[in-house]
Amino acid sequence: MTDRTTYVQIRHAQKAFGTLEVLKDISLNVERGQIVAIIGPSGSGKSTLLRAINDLDPLTSGEIWLDGVQVNKSLPFRQYEKHINEMRQQIGMVFQHFNLFPHMTARGNVTMAPKMLKGLSDKEADALAEEQLDKVGMLERIDYYPSQLSGGQKQRVAIARALAMKPKLMLFDEATSALDPELVDEVNQVMKKLAEEHMTMIIVTHEMDFAAAVCDRVLFMDQGVVVEEGPPSVVFKNPEKERTRAFLRKHLETAS
Amino acid sequence: MGLDFSVIPGYIDIVLLGCLWTIAITVAAALLSFFGGIFFAVIALYAPAIIRLPFRLFEWVFMGTPLLLQLFLIYFGLVQIGVDLPAFVAGVIGLGLHFAVYNSELIQTAILSVDKGQMEAARTVGLSRGQALRKVVVPQAVRAVIPPIGNNMIALLKDSALVSVIGVSELTLSAQRAIGATYRPFEFYILAAAFYYVINLCMEWVQRRIERRIALSR
Ligand SMILES: Nc1ncnc2c1ncn2[C@@H]1O[C@H](COP(=O)(O)OP(=O)(O)O)[C@@H](O)[C@H]1O
Ligand SMILES: [Mg+2]
Repeated sequence: MTDRTTYVQIRHAQKAFGTLEVLKDISLNVERGQIVAIIGPSGSGKSTLLRAINDLDPLTSGEIWLDGVQVNKSLPFRQYEKHINEMRQQIGMVFQHFNLFPHMTARGNVTMAPKMLKGLSDKEADALAEEQLDKVGMLERIDYYPSQLSGGQKQRVAIARALAMKPKLMLFDEATSALDPELVDEVNQVMKKLAEEHMTMIIVTHEMDFAAAVCDRVLFMDQGVVVEEGPPSVVFKNPEKERTRAFLRKHLETAS
Repeated sequence: MGLDFSVIPGYIDIVLLGCLWTIAITVAAALLSFFGGIFFAVIALYAPAIIRLPFRLFEWVFMGTPLLLQLFLIYFGLVQIGVDLPAFVAGVIGLGLHFAVYNSELIQTAILSVDKGQMEAARTVGLSRGQALRKVVVPQAVRAVIPPIGNNMIALLKDSALVSVIGVSELTLSAQRAIGATYRPFEFYILAAAFYYVINLCMEWVQRRIERRIALSR
């Protein structure tokens, strides 16, 4: 049945919003330490797929597995809430618009969940905040509020916030799309660093160069299906499907 | 007979004491209305229907009837069912709940306008809905409505004069007592007005300080 050795598995994911089918039977396996990029036109279901993985948008049918545990298993309501909260602690997510908590400093953003959910003492939490913010190059801004930070800095704090829960998997939904061009690189550098540390990641992105540089595998999605999937060298340089080629061509035109 | 403010020193102690009562009632009722407002807002938005619907009725009573009537009801009415509250406590509860309902309206709107991404981000790190509301959504909502809540608190100060009707010797009633003894209404009403004005200024000062403190965290 289920091959439990694969770290992340999406099995026959289907999702409809009302009558609108957004995901049509998508399956995906990600090995531990692997980095997968998802590309595709706007509205193709990339965000929905990512949000299905941590059940922000529950699937209509299909299964999500992480490290041998089914994320979206069917349980009575209360038990499911407990289960999903535990699973979400293991799945970090980074949003296009950061979604930092504006009423907390960088330190507060990073330490809030570990303190509440893992019972860290203030001292342990501070050490954790320093460690994680240092990792994303934001240690000097530890006591700044989000309103005092640039977009790139906010996104780096948001990454630190996700990392503070020591997740098994990180999901990035267009983490650099809302940033001014000159701020993109500082966020990409942090993601590269995570890649070097073999963090398992699924990255929705419009940046083909970045995807080609850091990802092991690329998925091209269109209209709720995976049109093409393979190593970046193939998908970007030598795609099999005409739809992929058309998308890349169009993308190249608009990018240049 | 002209104005003669020289009568004031003889009764200043009564009026000052009344002033202290007004401050005590206002502060206690303001705190009740603030935390009660948060509590009511969360109930109105998230409680199951079995709690929410009776709560609506309660809300309607407090918004749709005169505060004066509410004070009578709490002080004189509750005695009949065996709840004999001291006038001060009855006054604080009446004023506090009345303004809690108004604060709750503000906070409800603010909660609904907190960006959906905030709840999502909180759920994503593993918080339950309740935890996310408490740590992330409600604090932001409350920060957003500090200025209008401040206005409600000023209105509360002014309405605190109403608790004189249940016999709390607050500022207005104390002034009246001094007038009863001296037949000098103008002087003592002016004095009371001056005290209200000073308390008002202090409240505005506190509000500005709070607003400045939270300016960055919004
Ligand atoms: N909450 C929702 N309710 C209804 N339709 C939605 C919702 N979220 C997304 N959609 C629709 O699903 C489709 C896929 O959206 P999305 O996953 O955001 O695409 P992408 O991230 O690839 O741009 C779009 O047509 C979008 O309008
Ligand atoms: Mg998207």
